[in-house]
Amino acid sequence: MNVSNIRKDFPILSRKINGKPLVYLDSAATSQKPRQVIDAIKTHLETSNANVHRGIHTLTVEATEAYDKARKKIADFVGVKDSSEIIFVRNTSEAINLVAYSWGRLNIGKGDEIVLTIAEHHSNIVPWQQLATENGAVLKFVPIENGELDIKAFERALTKKTKLVTFAHVSNILGTIFPVEKLVKLVRDQRPEIRIFIDGAQAVPHMKVDIPKIGCDFYAFSGHKMLGPSGIGVLWGRRKILGKMPPFLFGGDMISTVKVDESEWAELPLKFEAGTPNIEGAIGLGAAVDYLKEIGMENVRKHEVELTKYALDELAKIPEVTIYGPLNSVIARSPSTSLRTTKQSKKRSLRYPRDDNRAGVISFNIGSIPAHDVATIMDSEGVEIRSGFNCAEPLADFLGTGPLARASFYIYNDKSDVDRLILGLRKVQEVFGRVGKWDGRRKNKNNNLQTHHPTLLHT
Amino acid sequence: MDLYREEILEHWQNPSNFGKFDDADLVINQVNPLCGDKVTFFFKFSQKHLRGGVRASSREHLGGDLSDVMIDDVSFTGSGCAISVASSSMLSEYMKGKKVSSLSKLTGDKVLGLIGGPVTPARLKCAFLPLEVIRKLKDNI
Repeated sequence: MNVSNIRKDFPILSRKINGKPLVYLDSAATSQKPRQVIDAIKTHLETSNANVHRGIHTLTVEATEAYDKARKKIADFVGVKDSSEIIFVRNTSEAINLVAYSWGRLNIGKGDEIVLTIAEHHSNIVPWQQLATENGAVLKFVPIENGELDIKAFERALTKKTKLVTFAHVSNILGTIFPVEKLVKLVRDQRPEIRIFIDGAQAVPHMKVDIPKIGCDFYAFSGHKMLGPSGIGVLWGRRKILGKMPPFLFGGDMISTVKVDESEWAELPLKFEAGTPNIEGAIGLGAAVDYLKEIGMENVRKHEVELTKYALDELAKIPEVTIYGPLNSVIARSPSTSLRTTKQSKKRSLRYPRDDNRAGVISFNIGSIPAHDVATIMDSEGVEIRSGFNCAEPLADFLGTGPLARASFYIYNDKSDVDRLILGLRKVQEVFGRVGKWDGRRKNKNNNLQTHHPTLLHT
Repeated sequence: MDLYREEILEHWQNPSNFGKFDDADLVINQVNPLCGDKVTFFFKFSQKHLRGGVRASSREHLGGDLSDVMIDDVSFTGSGCAISVASSSMLSEYMKGKKVSSLSKLTGDKVLGLIGGPVTPARLKCAFLPLEVIRKLKDNI
């Protein structure tokens, strides 16, 4: 995989931010777009634009073919044989809402339980929370232990009342790749009728995902995080389940016949695609899939593993940096390179970040410097990172971390980007002076990983 | 960076009026959901009829001409970025001895003047967190 060639495909990477060459480290929020995707959308709009599934003229036939072809490409990309199980939606959030409204409101009632993890993105919490509020269902959150899912607690959470289990494939904060196949098996062993929804927004862009192999019932992901345009995403569901679900949105394109007093619904997938869809979005996502296939998802993953390992090693050289996510139990090399101490530190063993089950997402804090100030100073250096709760406030509450800084990688990042990240952090420390080097000896009682500004503890 | 002048960092590290009044007349919470900044302001007013050890958050406790209500003392707690904490600290100093009626005329430009430097567009919300508290002040007394 040749990163410098890949970089040439991304026009935005040649721009400057505050007079400095852009280093884009926020792909977990959204990815940049290669020229091939931009061109596919442009070409479609310039040569074949028309509405789909309507009329018989040449343009509508071409547009429909392109739209359906994109669906097939995307199905193939995630190992799905029947492309009518691929429902186009706006994004992962919409996919979750679709299932929560259509399937959830029919199948989840008072006292029923929904099991999810504390590491979920808001988009995989709020729709279920809303459903639970309306129907009297109960949400059960499985905790995180050392950056990984507490499997024992997961098993304990499954009961006779469990109707749905949902979890992210990859955490957008911790970067943890959850053992999805193992989790699915645990659920199936307990009670096969429990439905399983996986949020794959942070997985599909970064690794080979074979949805049927995982064995879940629903899987969702967003196009914009995988080189495609925004406003296009995918819900996959088992045909048997989707077939029994009522439509989520009503209108044109999702019907087979309409009378004044009743209508019949179209077959899958159109039953769930009311109105004119995001045609150029689907075509753009199809082009993104072509681009990723050309590189090969194994190569994408390998590149990100190497880059993440390099970044973790470099970050570890700044003693004030605290890294969140999966940890290894490794005996300390030397105290000067220690990253953090945990409960285990009392037993004289230190833990280091794991990189084998981690995607290219690193959340961190530096000394007691607030994440937003870190991101602002980094931006002045041309380095774009995320800061805040990153759409997972319950996880931040659980860990007791407060807002975090986050760097995330993709195919167009290389080691020089990591070096700029580190230089940026040195600049942050310089601006904040001795505060940036504050060693965080005071620990928050609730969380053994975190340091706090002594004057700013919650009261 | 211009934004992080020594004065800002000093206020962040050692905020003025940082703490909690158990006998506040009014308590106002404000959050910035975007970044997770949380601030709670505690007010003590000068007019006697506003006192009494209870939160005067409902109008039925009050009487008289509200425009005369003066801020006798103020404190705040919370957690946030350097900009919001420094802004809260500076504004808490500014508020003391001011009438609520005059504070409610405070503009964003004036706040930026108090902070004494340019704030990048993405960070205006942080700088204005305590201003949002002041805007709630009038509605709550």
